Amino acid sequence: MRTEIQELNAIANNIAEVARGLGLDFYPVHFELCPAEAIYTFGAYGMPVRFTHWSFGKAFYRLKTQYDLNLSRIYELVINSNPAYAFLLEGNKLIQNKLVIAHVYAHVDFFKKNRYFAKTPKDMLERMAAHAQQIRDYELKYGRLKVEQILDAALSIQEHIDSRAHVNPKVETNEIELKRPYKVRRKTSGSNYEDLLELDIENTGQREVQKSPNEDLLLFLIENSPVLENWQKDIISMVRTESLYFSPQIETKIINEGWATFWHSKIMRELDLSQAEVLDAAVMHSQVVQPSRLTLNPYYLGYKIWESLAEKEDLEFLFEVREAENDLSFVRNYLNRDLVEKSNLFNFRKIGAHWQVTETDWTKVRDNLVQSLVNGGHPKINVIEGDYEGKRGLYLKHIHEGIDLDVVYLEKTLALVQTLWGRLVYLETILDSKKVIFECQNGLVTRRHILKNNEKEN
Amino acid sequence: MNDDIIVNRDDWSLHRKGYQDQNRHKEKVQEAIKNQLGDLIVDESIILTDGKRTMKIPMRSLEEFRFRYDFNKKNHTGQGTKKMAPGDILARDNAKGKGTGSGAGEEPGIDIYEAEISYEDIAAILFEELCLPNLDDKKRPLIAHDKPEFNDVRKKGLMANIDKKRTLIEAIKRQARDAQTDESLKITPDDLRFKTWEPHPNYETNAVILAMMDTSGSMGQFEKYIARTFFFWMVRFLRTKYGNVEMRFLAHHTEAKEVTEEEFFTRGESGGTRCSSVYQLALEMIQKDYPPAHYNIYPVHFTDGDNIGSDNSRALSLMQKLVEISQVVGYGEILRTHYSSTLMATLKRITDPKLRLVTIRDRNEVYGALKAVFS
Repeated sequence: MRTEIQELNAIANNIAEVARGLGLDFYPVHFELCPAEAIYTFGAYGMPVRFTHWSFGKAFYRLKTQYDLNLSRIYELVINSNPAYAFLLEGNKLIQNKLVIAHVYAHVDFFKKNRYFAKTPKDMLERMAAHAQQIRDYELKYGRLKVEQILDAALSIQEHIDSRAHVNPKVETNEIELKRPYKVRRKTSGSNYEDLLELDIENTGQREVQKSPNEDLLLFLIENSPVLENWQKDIISMVRTESLYFSPQIETKIINEGWATFWHSKIMRELDLSQAEVLDAAVMHSQVVQPSRLTLNPYYLGYKIWESLAEKEDLEFLFEVREAENDLSFVRNYLNRDLVEKSNLFNFRKIGAHWQVTETDWTKVRDNLVQSLVNGGHPKINVIEGDYEGKRGLYLKHIHEGIDLDVVYLEKTLALVQTLWGRLVYLETILDSKKVIFECQNGLVTRRHILKNNEKEN
Repeated sequence: MNDDIIVNRDDWSLHRKGYQDQNRHKEKVQEAIKNQLGDLIVDESIILTDGKRTMKIPMRSLEEFRFRYDFNKKNHTGQGTKKMAPGDILARDNAKGKGTGSGAGEEPGIDIYEAEISYEDIAAILFEELCLPNLDDKKRPLIAHDKPEFNDVRKKGLMANIDKKRTLIEAIKRQARDAQTDESLKITPDDLRFKTWEPHPNYETNAVILAMMDTSGSMGQFEKYIARTFFFWMVRFLRTKYGNVEMRFLAHHTEAKEVTEEEFFTRGESGGTRCSSVYQLALEMIQKDYPPAHYNIYPVHFTDGDNIGSDNSRALSLMQKLVEISQVVGYGEILRTHYSSTLMATLKRITDPKLRLVTIRDRNEVYGALKAVFS
């Protein structure tokens, strides 16, 4: 009798053949069969090996508790790399794994073909392992607490990078990137400091404090912070590299999950399944696309849009869409009236003490959804200058797009940014239609209202 | 078949990363609790339910801060199970938030991280900070009573002490040995195993708390609650160190008498204050019931310090005696107003470090008082 592994190998190869026959184009895939605990670890960290931080422990605990209480299950996890890595849950039924395998191939096809992923490094597994090792070394050298403080601060602003650097890389944003492959090789070389020296050279070459607006807060801090030491800059640049790697995944959640769901159901129809298997697969599929209460299930939404596209267009067109779009453009271009109405989508907001439906008109719903997808759902913060009022103050500006920021979070985060900058840090934003500047000094945040708009505008 | 598709199974049992960082997260929870300890230990839900209830406390320091939109000001898009119309109400806002024990709230954006804290958690952290001063190990009760300890298994014994598991194992082993194929398992007398014990002399150290409180007119609800909280933790702390902790309650105004615990914490009387009366009663009680050679004695006295001036010198000399025969004496003045007390000033003349003087002005100073007495 064949072992489970041999059987899964045969199945995975068979499904790959079917998927490729249907037109999917994916990297080689290595599946690992692992216990729930391992899967939840990868889920929490986003990668099998990643640096240590308590926030991952918190996420792991949450995922695992939900699993233990039978509230949720992660069915699949795919790493965007070449070869791609995917993880199958031990104890899943064979038919569940068949569906997961099909789902995974479509994800890997998306990683390979979608242009937002074109610039993501395909050896991230090794790079992130090297980061973990390097950060571990820093912990031994400088103490766990000091490393944690830097990570706490860097992670709080990890979304504030120039995510478009992937699509249209400029020389400037790539400098730190270029350094990393070298770091991976470093494992075998002797000195700990070679790449730090390199960092120094970069810095002296770029002494001039930037004046133009800059989305990449992390990079700005690395290049211009008056207080950060080289090892601290190195940690921030690792966080930045990882954030750049993850950012296209955040911006393609709906389209990618929809794509994978669309394809797993298509592939399952091509497979030779028993009656019972067909039923199990249908149950699992319906769990995946189950609409959630109030919040939108990206699997559901993405799947529905792809399905409606497939009704009208040929596969060739679908392949083009998966190459060119991200969530924002996908929803804007293809979420139509029919879908909004059939899925009972609506806008809602808090009015007084109640959460109330505000709009059901399909264009309003679509536009609101599109707006929530701008910048991966994160507020846009620009660095205006690093020498505010001639005192090396860091001046940040929130590009207000109609929604105010959470003030408690703003103040706490600003205090963290201040630890990285050392001097005064400012954030300009708009609260209840009034311009406000938050100022942070020694961890203390104060705010002042600006009455006239005669301050620097850009 | 090509080999670009591989399914593999590794040993993941050594992959402990998630647990390691979970531990760091737990450490941070503990730190956060520690920082709030002053408030936690005076919480009614612990004190008034005798430590049976757990409570939830928000853990702001464990949120992952970032620049984010104000959830309450945002227009969201959702999905309904039926057709919705503008104006339909979806939910009422719970002011308390929707945080759960495991972490984030159900909805994105509501990320109030709460930790569920039980009495044990708080006790563990609190007691870690406290220690017993002047612990005298020599104080054993005169009679050590024997305590049975089950630590052996024999073939003969009392049927009430039969070890069912071992007996069954013996029966199964015998059946396997004899290669019996009979399906039913029979237990023969030879299979029987009994648990037996050996007597161990058990020396328990004893401690007694003499809880003394001023019940004169000036001691109100607040003062009693503070005293109660202090005694609540004190008893529990001493129980971790001593096998047997007794507690006696002495109430006084101008005269002292022994009262029940309930009376102690609820009764209020009027009149002046003569602290020497209760010290005298405590000394008599010790002489009669708790010979200092065999007991660890912890007298603690709570008052607002407003003692009759003429009584101070007598109180001082009695307190001197009390300090000599006790492990630690606590004297706490609960002051909500800012007048300085004469009794505290008088007692300060006793230089013996066994006398611990504390002033409590606010609820959360109980923690500091506990640390001052037990350090």
